[in-house]
Amino acid sequence: MIDLMQMIISGIAVGSSYALMGLGMVLIYKSSAVPNFVQGEMALLPVFIAYMIIDTYGYPVHVAFAGALAFAVLLGCFLEFAIVRRAKEPNVIGLIIITIGMEMALLGLVSWKFGADQRTMPFPISSYDSVMVGGLYISTLDLLTLTVALVLMTGLFLFFRFTKFGVAMKATQQNEAVARLMGIRTRRVKMMTWGISAMVGTVAGLLIAPTIIEPYMMWDPLLKGFAGAVVGGMTSLPGAVFGAYIVGIIEHLFGGYVSIEFKSVVAFAVIVIVLCVKPSGLFARHYVKKV
Amino acid sequence: MDMKRAYYEDVRFFSSGAVVFWFAALIIALGIYPFVFKNYYVYVANYVAINIMVVVGLNLLVGYTGQISLGHAGFFAVGAYGTIALMTQAHFPFLAALISAGFIAAILGFLLGLPALRLEGPYLAIATLGFGVTITQIIGKIDLLGGRQGLHAPDLIVLGRHLNTDREFYFLVVPITVLLVLFARNLTKTKVGRAFVAIRDAEIAAETIGVNLVMYKTLAFAISAFYAGVAGGLYAFVLRFIDPELFGLFMSIMFLTMAVVGGLGSVMGPVAGAMLLSWLDLELRNILSVPYLGQWLRQLSEQYFSLTGVSNIQFIVFGGILIFIMIFEPLGLYGFWIRTKKYWKTWPF
Repeated sequence: MIDLMQMIISGIAVGSSYALMGLGMVLIYKSSAVPNFVQGEMALLPVFIAYMIIDTYGYPVHVAFAGALAFAVLLGCFLEFAIVRRAKEPNVIGLIIITIGMEMALLGLVSWKFGADQRTMPFPISSYDSVMVGGLYISTLDLLTLTVALVLMTGLFLFFRFTKFGVAMKATQQNEAVARLMGIRTRRVKMMTWGISAMVGTVAGLLIAPTIIEPYMMWDPLLKGFAGAVVGGMTSLPGAVFGAYIVGIIEHLFGGYVSIEFKSVVAFAVIVIVLCVKPSGLFARHYVKKV
Repeated sequence: MDMKRAYYEDVRFFSSGAVVFWFAALIIALGIYPFVFKNYYVYVANYVAINIMVVVGLNLLVGYTGQISLGHAGFFAVGAYGTIALMTQAHFPFLAALISAGFIAAILGFLLGLPALRLEGPYLAIATLGFGVTITQIIGKIDLLGGRQGLHAPDLIVLGRHLNTDREFYFLVVPITVLLVLFARNLTKTKVGRAFVAIRDAEIAAETIGVNLVMYKTLAFAISAFYAGVAGGLYAFVLRFIDPELFGLFMSIMFLTMAVVGGLGSVMGPVAGAMLLSWLDLELRNILSVPYLGQWLRQLSEQYFSLTGVSNIQFIVFGGILIFIMIFEPLGLYGFWIRTKKYWKTWPF
């Protein structure tokens, strides 16, 4: 029993970083209808910038993290403004391919600069310390990840509910043409959505960074976050969070009880099953396309 | 431009005398190629031909039927492992093993096509991606298939002849490639290909005029997987050694890149795209030995970047090409070719 609880706790902890990646993807999918494969690398570059600020220039961690988050917003906005917006009459496949292209370019840039060495981010909270909560061990880093993820999700919820800009974003996502008629600058809103999404992803990246930094570090969270978002329905923010936690928990339970070797692929089996039963995920209304 | 008046004019094998001439020229050029060029270039040609097979097959799925696949490396792996395993474990002759492995891949393609009937867009992307990642994991766990250590290819004997050198292997790979490309070209011109295009352009409308969605969508997956499987079987003999790490997500993405660069929705486009990108891939691996550019890059790397990571420039180049193509010429090299042809046909007007 204690094992089970322990596995669920670990699953929730790892699910938090998936959830942040999934949230970022859903934000962009809702506004631009792109399954955003560059989400991982939009976080990777700022993480490496933070590492460089600490390692090369010797600034303290909080300065570096703030700098990375600011850079992420700029990077997200830049990618939308300079590349995605320029696509001529894009269809879904075209947009997927553009994001894959951006992903490869950024990945190449980071690996060119930093090589394939594995490093760790100097960080005050270590992943080896743990606290005991009711008989269960949870590492302080996991605890921090969970807390930050919850705070960020609440923040996003409040942002969409109560700020003018958040409401404008929701309006753009629901019906772009009408939103533009109401005087919302939808293109600018879309650009900012990319910025916010990059920032959310970067938070996930920075929370993984104390364990490991290498150019491929965001692949796994990206794919699992994507899987979680798809399970949740791709258009629902709570759905993405829920889906990502499901993926994290199932992964750990499967790793604990069935086979540790197939742990990393069980997520995909889960989504194929979920999608066969509900083709648009668990939380989305199924839109039937008209001819 | 030429006007077509009847269906049979469109499906004719050679549409004009010029095409007959160029086709004959191509076949002759392919025939004398290995005697003119060095051994390394023959190896390159084999590598390119295999990529052409996969990409033409992938294009039948992505370009014609409009179903995205990020899992083709999975079918490729099935073909490679299937061929070797059938030859070493079940003692099939090579050609029988190759074709059987192609059909195993096709069956998997059919199975993957079943969930694809209900999925589209991002959902299909993640499902196929998951398939590609999972299949290599599973192969890596099967001891019969060498597990993580990989497999060595057995001696290649085709119709009683030993094929030891790249040059001999060339005469096996290239005819198969030509046959498969011709088959794809004919397929796209006839009923099946038209059904694929109808599904891509308007699924529901296609269904109402009598296109059997279940059959044609799964057929597209199966054919595409068959191409990848056959290509994978041959690839195993180009490398002579395979392990599961080879067939990663990056390989699937490379196949998709080649198809897109060549031009989705054409047969000759992907051929050009596969040639260009496979060549670039091989060239960029030792970019530092390119005259002038290499020295400049070395300096740049030492000053601002790192010298150990310089091979990653190929990611930047490929990513840049993808973005560039999608923004400026969504139909890829094929679209560029069409535009140039139109421009010169009416020149100087």
